[in-house]
Amino acid sequence: MENLRHLMNPLDFSVEELEDLFDLAGEIERDMEGFSHKCDGKILATCFYEPSTRTRLSFETAMLRLGGKCLGFADATSSSAAKGESVADTIRVISCFADICAMRHPKEGAPMVAASRATIPVINAGDGGHQHPTQTLTDLLTIRSLYGKLSNFTIGLCGDLKFGRTVHSLINALSRYEGIRFIFISPKELRVPDYITEMLRQKNIPYEEVIKLEEIMPQLDFLYMTRVQKERFFNEEDYIRLRNFYILDKEKMALAKEKMFILHPLPRVNEISVELDDDPRAAYFRQVQYGLYVRMALILTLLHIQ
Amino acid sequence: MLNIGKIEEGFVLDHIQAGKSMQIYRHLGLDKLDSTVAIIKNAKSQAMGKKDILKVECDIDSLNLDVLAYIDHNITVNVIKDGEIIEKRSLELPKQITGVIRCHNPRCISSIEQELPQIFYLADEANEIYRCRYCDEKYSEGDASSL
Repeated sequence: MENLRHLMNPLDFSVEELEDLFDLAGEIERDMEGFSHKCDGKILATCFYEPSTRTRLSFETAMLRLGGKCLGFADATSSSAAKGESVADTIRVISCFADICAMRHPKEGAPMVAASRATIPVINAGDGGHQHPTQTLTDLLTIRSLYGKLSNFTIGLCGDLKFGRTVHSLINALSRYEGIRFIFISPKELRVPDYITEMLRQKNIPYEEVIKLEEIMPQLDFLYMTRVQKERFFNEEDYIRLRNFYILDKEKMALAKEKMFILHPLPRVNEISVELDDDPRAAYFRQVQYGLYVRMALILTLLHIQ
Repeated sequence: MLNIGKIEEGFVLDHIQAGKSMQIYRHLGLDKLDSTVAIIKNAKSQAMGKKDILKVECDIDSLNLDVLAYIDHNITVNVIKDGEIIEKRSLELPKQITGVIRCHNPRCISSIEQELPQIFYLADEANEIYRCRYCDEKYSEGDASSL
């Protein structure tokens, strides 16, 4: 394929290229029917070496909505990896069958190895705790669609900010836009890693680290929630002490701005009370819908289909 | 006083931190060369107290010296042609190093993929931080002996 291009990291696309991608996603949102034959005759391979319901179904739905077809595997045991085949060999074979590939792998960097050997575009659909670029594109498109812009925000990120790859990718991606201020809300055990705060200091991007969500709610333009996982704590006592800080409920939302949308990469456990699901500011299920639009736009872009 | 003869063409690597010459010998693949190599260990040095020196008789284009800067960028590289020093080469940290250090992240694809080269890129020049090309894990211990 001419101009073969892959997506490994959300920063692989420039801000201008992302604008084009999001414009295309917007067109798809307005007229999905108009795109229903764009990928006639094309095949997407979903190579998922570890289970993932939502991301895999989102990719497959995206290709089916574009008129294409899908093949693939949903876990490593049903692939030739179980026989010891390398990622490099697998992608060479898949390149003979499909036109584009979405790969999830528990080993970090596996999609990059695949991309280096592929003759078709490869999309990183999540590689261990490393990158999950289509989630970041989903988050950016959601924010852009809800607010009509990606700049001049005070953004709250709450929960497990240490291990959450979606949070790290989103901070990196948003740090390219103007007028961004971050407020990180987490227990000190789960603060954002130093390399992220170092990067923000180098770029002179303001940030603040706080423990209590209530303190800063009135300042936020939107809030990105993540799950605080019990297994991350050294002792049960700390977990019990801190977990309720991060349950977003009606009481805490009463402190928020009228248009402060709530985002969450899902799955949610208990960190957002279900009583908020009908609040017009609860955007996490709309986020899933935007994930579909952005994956459709990405498939079209990487296949150079106008 | 130990006397080692002059070389006609090749390199003299001077000011090597004492004890590191064998590491450099291995990384430059000097054991594979069919030519004269002199390893001088613990030579007296005014500036360093003790130092190692390597003299290598070879075609000056035959060695990739990038790895030297990673191991110790204070090494002086004298390039010899016709028995004379024609160049004193300064060492800069290479943008990328391949096959020198190994990623220690057990979650990295390089821990299981067959014959995948170990590649690191220079992520932060000021702090001499290299990161794995595949998983971005930091490698900054300055220990090039791990491969």
